[in-house]
Amino acid sequence: MGDLVQLLVSGTATGAIYALAALGFTLLWQAAGVINFAQGEFVMLPAFAMLAGLAFGLPVWLAFLIACVLAAIVLGAGFKQVVVDPLIRHGVIPLVIATLGLAIAVKSTVRAGFSAEAHPLPSPFPTGQLSIAGINVSYADIGTLALAGAIVIGLQAFLNRTVTGRAMQAVAQNTESARVLGIDVRRMVLYVFLINAVLAVVAALLIAPTYLAKFDMGDSIGLKAFFAAIIGGFNQTRGALLGGVLIGVLENLVGFYISPAYKEGVALVLFLGVILLRPEGLLGKAEERKV
Amino acid sequence: MSAPARRAAMLVAIVAALAIGAAFLKRSDVYLLTLTMVYLMATFGLNLTVGYAGQMSLGQAAFFGIGAYVAAIALKAGVPFLAVMPIAAVACFVIGLALGFPALRVQHHYLAFATLGFNVLVYLILRNEEQVTGGTYGISAIPRPTILGVSFEGHLAYFHFTLASLVALGALLWWLLRSPWGRAFAALRDNPIRAESLGVNITAYTLLAFAIGAACAGVGGVYYASLVEFIEPGPFHFSTSLMMLLAVIIGGSGRFYGPVVGTIIIILLPELLRGSSHEALKFMQKWYLVFFGLAVVALMVWLPGGIVSLADRFRRRSTS
Repeated sequence: MGDLVQLLVSGTATGAIYALAALGFTLLWQAAGVINFAQGEFVMLPAFAMLAGLAFGLPVWLAFLIACVLAAIVLGAGFKQVVVDPLIRHGVIPLVIATLGLAIAVKSTVRAGFSAEAHPLPSPFPTGQLSIAGINVSYADIGTLALAGAIVIGLQAFLNRTVTGRAMQAVAQNTESARVLGIDVRRMVLYVFLINAVLAVVAALLIAPTYLAKFDMGDSIGLKAFFAAIIGGFNQTRGALLGGVLIGVLENLVGFYISPAYKEGVALVLFLGVILLRPEGLLGKAEERKV
Repeated sequence: MSAPARRAAMLVAIVAALAIGAAFLKRSDVYLLTLTMVYLMATFGLNLTVGYAGQMSLGQAAFFGIGAYVAAIALKAGVPFLAVMPIAAVACFVIGLALGFPALRVQHHYLAFATLGFNVLVYLILRNEEQVTGGTYGISAIPRPTILGVSFEGHLAYFHFTLASLVALGALLWWLLRSPWGRAFAALRDNPIRAESLGVNITAYTLLAFAIGAACAGVGGVYYASLVEFIEPGPFHFSTSLMMLLAVIIGGSGRFYGPVVGTIIIILLPELLRGSSHEALKFMQKWYLVFFGLAVVALMVWLPGGIVSLADRFRRRSTS
């Protein structure tokens, strides 16, 4: 019983990290029609930026803030300006291919120019465990859940309660009507890219202490983010959360009760099941085909 | 000479030059050329999926791996090469159908994710099922074929055998694309809605294109296993699939010879750089993938039709 609860909690914590990456992925798709295959690399780069900050003797929180600013400039505005804007008119596939190329270039730059080794990032949370009634939960898991939860709730509040947030939703739902209503579509799309970049930094901060920062760490995170987004429903923000947590928890359960060797396959099986039975995703709405 | 005849003559000349020229090359260079041709079998197949049926497949390396492992196990058990090839092709074809069916029912970018996940799964199986696949130690001492008493054991003999097989596979695909059946593929890519209204069953054709592409990769895998004589899971990681897809796209997807250019860029060039001892080339080798990745982005911005489409551009300019 204690095992199960621990597995559920740590699975939810890992899933929350996947959900952050998936959330950014979904937002980009909704607002800008972009499928970003470099999403995993968007998590990897800030992890290395924070490592560099720590190497200069900065405290973790300052390294994190600097990484957020850098990510917003490079992975947010820069990515939009240099890669997405010139390509979006060619359609989805050239853009997907370009982000694949970008992923390879980023990964290889880190490997060739920095290091091919795995580096631990110090955890922002204290070590040790909380024990209640024989059930042990690590502070890192609690902290991860708290921080990821706060970010998600904050983001939802921003999207639903503020004028800017609602304008962004309007752009995501129907770009043309939003433009007619006088919403500055270009600026809203830019905000989405900025939010995606910052979400990636948070995911990096949470995942690198346990799973280590390595040039190819993005492969696994990116993959989980795609699957989480599709499992939950590609066009629903809440879907990304559900998908991420579902993958995190099931991976933990499969790793413990069945075989750790096949943990990585969980997301695919879940994905295949979902597209067979409910192609629009667990929470998604079916999209009309535009002729 | 008419254009198709000129093209055919050029092709014959290139194949003949390769066949004769290989005898004057170093053993390692012949190996590299053979390796490139083996990968070309897989990328030719992928071009059918990507270029002609307009689908993104990110699992070609998984089919390549399935072909290679089927070949390794069967060849070591004494099954003749000519029987192994169809077994691997059919296995990959059937798996392709089973994988493509659920994915293609939904939306076309779902095939990309399904194949990507499939590749991860296949890699895990290759690594973990040690009784069958040898795990990370892989399978060694894979024999090269002897067909009708002729041994293709030597590196030159195997090169010629692979070249002949590649030409045969290419001819088969060429014929397939020229048939009415193949023309439906192109119709489907160029305007799926129009094609559907003309009675082309989009899902069935796309699924078939994908499964045939997978079967080509399986055949490539058979030749790969026999060429390297030792296989382990490494080369069948999904990063290879990404490279294969990029090879097709940068070469020029939907153009018959596109994959040739792309495969030379992803397989032959980096290996040639690795073999050199010159300082500047060593630097290039280390940063090759960085340049490659950036070049892909640049190519998508300025030349989405791929490198082969450059020829068209020049031709258009010179005639106008």
